[in-house]
Amino acid sequence: MTFKKSDHGAVPFWRDERYLQIIAQVVVVAALIALGYWLIHNLLTGLEALGTPLSFKFLGLTSQFDIGESMIEYSRNSTYTQALLVGLLNTIKVSFLGIVFATIFGIIVGIARLSKNWLVNKLAAIYVETLRNIPLLVFLIFLSTSVFHKLPRVKDALSAWGWAFLTNRGIYVVWPRPSGGWDVYKWFLLGAFIIGFIVAAIKFREGKKTGRMPLYWLWGFAVFALVAAISWFIAQFMAGPPMYLDFPTLQGRNFKGGQSLTPEFMAIFTGLVVYTSAFIAEVVRAGIQSVSKGQREAATAVGLSGFQTMRLVIFPQAMRVIIPPMTSQYLNLTKNSSLAIAVGYPDLFAVGSTIINQAGRAVEIILVTMGVYLTFSLLTAVFMNWYNKHTQLVER
Amino acid sequence: MTSLTPAKDIMPPPTERSTVLGWMKKNLFGSIGDTILTFVAGGFLLWLIYAIVKWIFTTAQWAAVTDNLQLYMKGQYPASEDWRLWLLMFLLALVVGLAWGIFLKRAEAVGWVLLIIPVVLALWLISLHREAWWKFLVVDVLAILGYFLGKRYPRKLARPTYILILLYMPLTILIVRGLGENGFMKLVPTNLWGGLLLSLLLAIFGIVFSFPIGVLLALGRQSKMPALKMLSVIYIELIRGVPLITLLFMGQLMLPFFLPAGITIDRVIRATVAIIMFAAAYMAENVRGGLQSIPKGQYEAADVVGLSGWQKMVFIILPQALRAVIPVLVGQFIGLFKDTSLVALVGLLDLLGIARGILANPNYIGRQLEVFAFIAMIYWVFSYGMSYASGRLETSLGVGER
Repeated sequence: MTFKKSDHGAVPFWRDERYLQIIAQVVVVAALIALGYWLIHNLLTGLEALGTPLSFKFLGLTSQFDIGESMIEYSRNSTYTQALLVGLLNTIKVSFLGIVFATIFGIIVGIARLSKNWLVNKLAAIYVETLRNIPLLVFLIFLSTSVFHKLPRVKDALSAWGWAFLTNRGIYVVWPRPSGGWDVYKWFLLGAFIIGFIVAAIKFREGKKTGRMPLYWLWGFAVFALVAAISWFIAQFMAGPPMYLDFPTLQGRNFKGGQSLTPEFMAIFTGLVVYTSAFIAEVVRAGIQSVSKGQREAATAVGLSGFQTMRLVIFPQAMRVIIPPMTSQYLNLTKNSSLAIAVGYPDLFAVGSTIINQAGRAVEIILVTMGVYLTFSLLTAVFMNWYNKHTQLVER
Repeated sequence: MTSLTPAKDIMPPPTERSTVLGWMKKNLFGSIGDTILTFVAGGFLLWLIYAIVKWIFTTAQWAAVTDNLQLYMKGQYPASEDWRLWLLMFLLALVVGLAWGIFLKRAEAVGWVLLIIPVVLALWLISLHREAWWKFLVVDVLAILGYFLGKRYPRKLARPTYILILLYMPLTILIVRGLGENGFMKLVPTNLWGGLLLSLLLAIFGIVFSFPIGVLLALGRQSKMPALKMLSVIYIELIRGVPLITLLFMGQLMLPFFLPAGITIDRVIRATVAIIMFAAAYMAENVRGGLQSIPKGQYEAADVVGLSGWQKMVFIILPQALRAVIPVLVGQFIGLFKDTSLVALVGLLDLLGIARGILANPNYIGRQLEVFAFIAMIYWVFSYGMSYASGRLETSLGVGER
């Protein structure tokens, strides 16, 4: 039996859901376009009336302000573009270091949170619950004003056996610096890295073939370290020591040598690391707990040791649960680094707001800043999609 | 089957006899490594407690906190209008009491936690007028009265309670803001709102107004209409990709340009709009999670009984989806409450902004530690209290799991 349209009488188009959907969409889109047009029209005329029509040409002008710390050459004669670049690099620097350290601390706290030792468990719980329930901004300003700017003055600097000095002008730590043999040694290092990588790859393939996965990354790292250590002496023999330790020393009114870390950097860095590590700890804990108890019992039953159980059974399964929220924590850390403005660290957003104050180009700068952060999150999203596709559980 | 032993006669399984020493041996000194760990952690904890207690009672000078309690709590809200805040407190106590009595019969523990919120708020207000301890009593009496009334007449009072809960938000705005130029309930301009009052109001505005927008966006993202779907996705991803602080700056610096010349908007409202826009995107993702948790059969069943698309959503899907995401929404509210501290960076005097203002006063130079410890504690009490209450709610009501 077939239905013909004429059996029911034609449905008038204003009651046909297909047409209604199209009409609804057209109306919504048209309304939004009209609204957007109106807003942008207001914006453009408003800016025109102020004598600063929307344009990015000002980015080529000289900035005429100083930036506290920069990874590239920068002076007050540089352009606004260069100033923004300095900010961007500072953002990337603090985000990258923050992600690395927050991950390490987060994993430690997350595992401590699962410890059978009651006291350790509770300490980790206090750490997590304290940090997760206060605003990051309060924590950052607290760190900046009450910790890093309250350190002793330079002449009474707190010394850690001469390896590091804590002062209210910054923290100075001993740092390896390249010397005579470095030009030779860096090629050795590259070689050591390649050899280590090859060894790891071979071990990995072996593991795939035999089903007994060795600690391939440890193999790779050990070979790398060994080659690097041996070639150190060769380089020293050929062209003098490749590196020397640069100790900070008090010269006149300030410390010279070593690596200096400004209080601003320390405040935003420590704040981001400590705060994010509390969230990462919860992610790690949830991931490990998500592996069912039977898996652990089965691993014990077939005679795996505690470490083997963790490495071969629990961890690979926990990773699947851990990675997605972990990436979003990384993204949060990167976005939260914009709070650096509150502690005076010149990240992208802080530099941008200086430019807004100075050049009055609020709209353009906000667009640029938002564009950069959006790019970060788009890249992360692309990575996540790729990862999810590769690790999706294959249902059988 | 009659020969089965009645359930009440079966002994419970034997439990491990737990003594203090046994517990300690098991949980603290299980092995040598464990023992070392216990001593290290215990030593650290003792040192930490000692240092903190010593600091609180000897080194710290609390004048910067105790002199300015009023500022922390309500900013420069005029003292003559305090009774309006108290009125809101009384109402809140009554509503919470009623809701507790009517809806949470099985969850006594949650009720206690919910009761703590008005008590904390009352302590806040009592710090404004030490002599007004009786108002504190009224808050408690009203909460308990509400509880017993709710328990006694759950049927009759359910509807009025719902209405009161719905009305509480607009009523709050009305009472805090005021009506006319002067006289009874005179207008209190937003630049006088501040402290915890402003922080809480921003968070509540944010969550309440972002809720409908978030639900619409989530529906848009799930919808089969390509244009709506794309617009929702663009909005959600755009907002989630940028930090809140850029939105707040946009609200303060760019929003005025978007409006025709001559129209200015209040700074607090500008910040609120930014917070709502921000929260809506996250809300949409949370609601989407709920929508995705609804089994396909529910959609199909709704289609089978002949419900239209909207009816299906409103009567079948959304009620279940929203029920499933309540815990997540509480989490989002806590996050938003913490995020409101960012408005201090655009010059509003919320709890953090007030604290920074007080620290700028030459009388309180160098008292950062005390002030930040104090406001961090306030944020902590509220956030932790809410997350604890929602955790208990989840377990006792089985919300979020089916």
